[in-house]
Amino acid sequence: MTDDTARTGRAAVLDRWRRSPMLLRHLAAALAAFLGIVLLTSVTDPFTNLRIATIGYHLVAVAGLALLIGVSGQISLGHGAFMFIGAYTMALLVIHVPGSPLWANLLLAIAASCAAGVAVGAATARLHGPYLAGATLILAVGLPAVALRYPEALGGSNGLTFSVAGTPPALSDTVPDPRWQSWVVWLAVLLALVVVANVSRGRLGRRLRAVRDDEAAAALSGLRPGRLRTVAFVISAGCGGLAGALQAYLLGTATPSSFGLALSLSLLAAVVLGGLGSLWGALWGALALVYVEVWGHDAAEALGLSDHVANNLPIALFGAALIAIVLLWPSGVQGGLARLGAAVRTRRIGPGGRPD
Amino acid sequence: MEQLAELVLNGVSSGAVYAALALSLMIIYQATRVVNFAQPGLALIAAYTAFSVTRATGSYWLGFVLALVVGGALGVLAERLLIRPVQRRSELSAIIVTLGLLMLLQGVAGMVWSNEPHSFPYPLDFRGRFSATDAFAVAAVGVTALGLLLLFRYTPLGLRMRAAAFRPEVARMVGVRVGLMLTVGWGIASVIGALAGMLAVPPFIFPNVLDGVFVYGITAAVIGGLDNPFGAVLGGFTLGIGLSLVSGYLGPELVTLAALVIVVVVLSLRPDGLFTRPRARQV
Repeated sequence: MTDDTARTGRAAVLDRWRRSPMLLRHLAAALAAFLGIVLLTSVTDPFTNLRIATIGYHLVAVAGLALLIGVSGQISLGHGAFMFIGAYTMALLVIHVPGSPLWANLLLAIAASCAAGVAVGAATARLHGPYLAGATLILAVGLPAVALRYPEALGGSNGLTFSVAGTPPALSDTVPDPRWQSWVVWLAVLLALVVVANVSRGRLGRRLRAVRDDEAAAALSGLRPGRLRTVAFVISAGCGGLAGALQAYLLGTATPSSFGLALSLSLLAAVVLGGLGSLWGALWGALALVYVEVWGHDAAEALGLSDHVANNLPIALFGAALIAIVLLWPSGVQGGLARLGAAVRTRRIGPGGRPD
Repeated sequence: MEQLAELVLNGVSSGAVYAALALSLMIIYQATRVVNFAQPGLALIAAYTAFSVTRATGSYWLGFVLALVVGGALGVLAERLLIRPVQRRSELSAIIVTLGLLMLLQGVAGMVWSNEPHSFPYPLDFRGRFSATDAFAVAAVGVTALGLLLLFRYTPLGLRMRAAAFRPEVARMVGVRVGLMLTVGWGIASVIGALAGMLAVPPFIFPNVLDGVFVYGITAAVIGGLDNPFGAVLGGFTLGIGLSLVSGYLGPELVTLAALVIVVVVLSLRPDGLFTRPRARQV
């Protein structure tokens, strides 16, 4: 009897949760995640704190790219370029406008990369598949060279170095800098993810999927495919810009070599690895981006392999993983987990209880 | 005027390399509707093979020949093992697989030969304006283009390859081994890619050495039209000269962005490339 009431009570809560506005649900989930991060960073050492922050900015870049590829069906090999724009905007603001607060810098970095996204997205909205991949590939290779063209303003191949404010004085006794930084990074990341989740699940996401699946039908029902594609590109570029700005904030530097083609391709690998078009997939992808690198180094060190093996192992592993996933497991990690979850649920409810 | 002539001549010799890469991309695209983003990876391994062979034996030309053989063999393997399973699936799958192969090959090259640049020999004398090496590059690409023309126009093998690319079902019915033809196409294209790599690598070889050149190869293929061999060659030389002028008058760092602007402008005006007759597009 009591068991039954508890179950109805839980069902009622679940029901109310499902019916509450989407934005509210996503904000609540983000708040819960933020509390989890605060807890996690409080029990781990400063080194791990920084690594958690690194996962955070990779996550927002991968999520933005996952939205572009999975929901709107476009491909970009050039997202490293938007991270480049975000990082350099951040660096220039910190150096030349010392009074500007961090949140304003982040917003301006997002605005700058969105502006670049408008330019690139509008120019490439008519391109598809291989042509779009080629054009964005050129962007990824070409843009970092701009820093070499203007060494006085952008620091040439050494990039820009600056120092960012750490923990505010009121908290500086209790919260060490790395912990504070990872909180800042994750707060920004989670807010951005709320936007991405809302876009992906909301009306805009539905329209993007319609254009992706059948452009002619979508156009006939009054949607404007070119404009919708550009919008998706801009949102995704903004995510890349935020990721770059957060990276610059965390490291205190912005160098052209860290935004090369390898970065753009790794981001793509992370999206495919996690599973196209899913925010959870983006989390697995971001974790892989950070930990494959770490484990690759550790493994090479443990086996006594030379430095150049250690430096190249992650990119080779990513490449092999990309091929293996497309050939064997096209829905990625999240797709596999979802199928596993469905199988478990079906078994618990019993066969026939829930048609698959 | 002096500078202009110099820049144009430089542009012609680098244009030869872009033309070769564009040809290689074009053959593969025509046969399997896949843009082979792994091309710089295949050519890289070929060039590193030449590097090791030349260092061991002292003979540049032995290394050169082996590089073409290795390049072709890798192309055949890539088509058989990786491309064929995903080719019918979706555009995106094929792009991702070739990118994965690119990352894998570059990573492996870095593991075996390290990321440090090694010096890589020129085939012939490279000093002075339009040196013997430049002439060799232009001649090699010219001969390749002519050979391809003869192959596709006048030989039974070329006819079968064209049939397999354009109407696979019909070709199969009249007895053409379509799968084999596609593999041959990848092999030939990868040999040409390896040739382009051998011409583009000197003076130094390192895992990312071909990224930039490949970008211009794609640009040349796109402005020439991915379906059109003459377009690919013309696109390569036009781009070589154009970028050489940008580099000379505006700065070498802006060359890649100039290529991007060219691609976007060309594709907005002529989605099938500059040198292709416009036709109705299938929806």
